[in-house]
Amino acid sequence: MSMPYYVAPEQVMKDRADYARKGIARGRSLAAVVYEGGILICAENPSSTLRKVSEIYDRIAFAGVGKYNEFDQLRIAGVRSADLKGYSYSREDVDARSLANQYATILGQVFTHEMKPMEVEILVAEVGISRATDQLFHILYDGTVMDETGFTVLGGEADAIRVRLQALWSDNLDLAGALRAAVDALAGPDRTLTPGDIEAATLERTDARRAFRRIDELERDALLSS
Amino acid sequence: MPKSSCEVMSKRAASSTAKFGFGSSIAIDFERSNRRSDNLARVTLPLFSLNDDPGPSFAELLRKVGLQPPVPSGAIAGSLAITHGTTCVAIRYADGVVMAGDRRATSGNLIAHRAIEKIFAADRFSGVAIAGAAGPAMEMVKLFQLQLEHYEKVEASALSLEGKANQLSAMVRNNLPAAMQGLAVVPLFAGYDLARNNGRLFQYDVTGGRYEETSFAASGSGGSHASTVMKLGFLDSMSREQTLDLAIHALFTAADDDSATGGPDLVRGIYPTMATIGADGFQRIDESEVSERFAALLSDLSSRENNRAARLPETPSNIDGPTS
Repeated sequence: MSMPYYVAPEQVMKDRADYARKGIARGRSLAAVVYEGGILICAENPSSTLRKVSEIYDRIAFAGVGKYNEFDQLRIAGVRSADLKGYSYSREDVDARSLANQYATILGQVFTHEMKPMEVEILVAEVGISRATDQLFHILYDGTVMDETGFTVLGGEADAIRVRLQALWSDNLDLAGALRAAVDALAGPDRTLTPGDIEAATLERTDARRAFRRIDELERDALLSS
Repeated sequence: MPKSSCEVMSKRAASSTAKFGFGSSIAIDFERSNRRSDNLARVTLPLFSLNDDPGPSFAELLRKVGLQPPVPSGAIAGSLAITHGTTCVAIRYADGVVMAGDRRATSGNLIAHRAIEKIFAADRFSGVAIAGAAGPAMEMVKLFQLQLEHYEKVEASALSLEGKANQLSAMVRNNLPAAMQGLAVVPLFAGYDLARNNGRLFQYDVTGGRYEETSFAASGSGGSHASTVMKLGFLDSMSREQTLDLAIHALFTAADDDSATGGPDLVRGIYPTMATIGADGFQRIDESEVSERFAALLSDLSSRENNRAARLPETPSNIDGPTS
């Protein structure tokens, strides 16, 4: 009878985490910034059709970095979950916290039980009626949930970008200021990003039902050059 | 910190897992974990296997998770009061489509509601008007709105206007068993086609038949009276103002001749709901504008009535009869 090799669980978890982190580090990063009119989510993404930032529900947005097919699958599951909940109960009962918990459960489950962890980091953002009720949930490949305020950065180089964004961020940025801060932080000192590399969307603090709005190329270029 | 205690702990952890590691085969463990995540999917995120995926359809998703509303079975007793919504109209004009609906809901010969809404935005560039059993109709509108939004979010692009009209057709067809039991829903659908840059409108029958109209359409109990007015008053490429007035006239006539259609309620200030759908999307018309237009129509109609005898003379005063 052959005996299975013994691998210490610490090692198993570490290998999985390294694997996931490496996968995530291959992609570009993204940043979410709270500004005076809502939440800006800005990703480095040369593609103008494959999106990293999308709408989940009236006041909730989703963003993912890492492997596209994996975070897109999570995005669709999130849309389904939110729409089902809104249909069964009411639109007001759909909230980012519960969605973030669902994501965390699935990511944690996949991380410990499946062959391969998901190589993704995701963001669930909800714009509130005031700045105090804005929510940013940053969820890691192993299901770790972080509740952040002000701004958050996802991706392989998150630590360096976070330090740069901390220096550029203030709590009274307007949309153009927030976009510039996010782009400069994503680019870093050694690179410059062209507007074409930037995908941006906002969750606006409006009275309208659907707060999510994509910033199109024209507006993006205007904001970046202002 | 005593370094040794850490070592002891890790050793203990290692020994307990060692037992697990040797004792059970890895294959069994995976199988168990798959089953667990399968159950988990149902209580948390709705995840589907590849060949079970509902795609961008919300109705299909509802079916998969078992939340689809049941179709009523068995005959509905005649004495059971079902609330019905009545007349709505849609008219094409130069910049799009006008939709309008009265505010009355009836239950048999009683007025159930005086101020229900029958015109709804389906999404940014389309609207749906309902006539028929109010309960299923409201549910259909809610599902239709969700269906369009769900598709748009999942697919990251909106359905074409044609696609939306076909979706509604399928929903009306699915309602056929209920329609056979007296719960018919017959909507109108109108929207601005962004690919063709014009307004389009569709009318349906209870079987889900979908008929595109080039000029106007009406649905509901007062629909035939409203249609006559629109037929006589319709011109190609009317202005927004002309079209709103024609819709108001059509609804007024429907209310005049059909008891289930509500006219303007001057006492409570309740007027038909109206909306335009054009390149700027679905825009509800302000109630103040609707009331002004109604007032204009009423004064026009009453000035005509004033010139006419209110009723035929009664018994002639001259008993001898007419003299020639």
